[in-house]
Amino acid sequence: MSRHAIHLEKAIDELKRLILHLGIDVEESVKIAVQSLTERKLEQAKQVIDADYEIDQREVFVEEECLKILALHQPVANDLRLIIAILKINNDLERIGDLSVNIAERALYLSDKAKVALPFDLQNMAEKVRTMLRQSLDALVNRDGNLARQVCEADDAVDDLNREMYSCVEQAIKNDPDNLNSYIQLLSASRYLERIADHATNIAEDVIYLITGEIIRHGSKSDDTVF
Amino acid sequence: MLVTTLKKESLKQDIQPSNGLTMKTPGFQHDPDLMIRINDVNFYYGETQALKNINMILPEKKITSFIGPSGCGKSTLLRCLNRMNDLVEGTRMEGDILIGGMNTNDPALDVSELRKNIGMVFQKFNPFPKTIFENIAYGPRIHGMKDKKKLTEIVEKSLKSVALWDEVKDRLNSTALALSGGQQQRLCIARAIAVEPEVLLMDEPCSALDPIATTRIEELMVELKEHYTIVIVTHNMQQAARVADLTGFLLLGELVEFGPTEKLFTNPSVPKTEDYITGRFG
Repeated sequence: MSRHAIHLEKAIDELKRLILHLGIDVEESVKIAVQSLTERKLEQAKQVIDADYEIDQREVFVEEECLKILALHQPVANDLRLIIAILKINNDLERIGDLSVNIAERALYLSDKAKVALPFDLQNMAEKVRTMLRQSLDALVNRDGNLARQVCEADDAVDDLNREMYSCVEQAIKNDPDNLNSYIQLLSASRYLERIADHATNIAEDVIYLITGEIIRHGSKSDDTVF
Repeated sequence: MLVTTLKKESLKQDIQPSNGLTMKTPGFQHDPDLMIRINDVNFYYGETQALKNINMILPEKKITSFIGPSGCGKSTLLRCLNRMNDLVEGTRMEGDILIGGMNTNDPALDVSELRKNIGMVFQKFNPFPKTIFENIAYGPRIHGMKDKKKLTEIVEKSLKSVALWDEVKDRLNSTALALSGGQQQRLCIARAIAVEPEVLLMDEPCSALDPIATTRIEELMVELKEHYTIVIVTHNMQQAARVADLTGFLLLGELVEFGPTEKLFTNPSVPKTEDYITGRFG
């Protein structure tokens, strides 16, 4: 291996460590945010909001490292695809961190309001979303294309749940208009979970690009023809 | 030893096109279909086989680059295209290289005519120790051009093609050796295109140049491909990535992978290519 490649490999190993660290923190943030909402734990909601600053700082650091590698090493092939994938995944993780904060803020609002009953299992939806996020990161670590495709396929079920939640909230507001704000907060939380699932899907699509070089987003297929 | 058997007259008869097209030189029609076909080419330096069963098609008016570690055969393959290897004693080539349907390996071929149609630029810029004007006029003159006015036109056109005209138009009668490295290399490219070749071969044309001069040559290559089929050998993979439409990766005399440059540098099909371009070996 050339000296140049050794330096590049070290920089890439460090970058992988950073993105995984960020992934673990964001996953934890989602978990605690959902807990704070479903179990009405005020302290946990505050914890998620406070932790977001750290996530944002890490996101900037990962991006700077990616730019440094691009400028100094001009990676190609697999190395190039990895840097590009990490740049995009980094952005998705930061957005998931923001969505966790949004869920925590809903939890803060609901903490001193009367508990409302909804015939909808938000915990179950949150579990599905967290599984998607975890699997998308596992797919990245293990370069597992099949698992990444599984994540992409799981997104439809979460979309369906979000629609179901909408119907439930619509009905609940009609029956119990006094608690309209609480229902809307819960609907927002469902919407944030659905957005987190979308970002997990983006991560999975980037993993597929990393492995195959194929951009599967929007059902597109790149064209190699030059003449 | 130059292995040239001059059989111009018989050759002309053999290859006279039936469709009435004018022949520019033996074997070359004014036909846009000027792709280079390399068929089953093996090449030997004595007993040592330097190229093994190379098959590829280089499309016309595109830039094709050959990359690979030292000794992989990329320069040998480049020199097969205009039979520069004939100058090395004890060498032997098997297979065919067809340019516009003309077999360049035909022993009956007039090699000097072949090289008029396949210009070459080398790693070390090598202007003649003559004036700038004479460097460019030399080629057309030895090919029979005597008209001073036409020669002047060719010199101006060639120098303009390589964006050197404005820099040297007031000192055409000064020695070419006083030019900077980048200017000398552009002069050599102008000299190569003064005889209106179809193909331009470039063997590491920028390796002795600074980044600014390199950029100028690369820009020039991209402009020139509108008129010429360009084949370049380079150790600088970023250069191949920047300028070439197609790239071939050679290793130990074998063509490991050949395809669109973009594909080769983002998602190569063969692990050996990936290892080489990412610096995992070599």
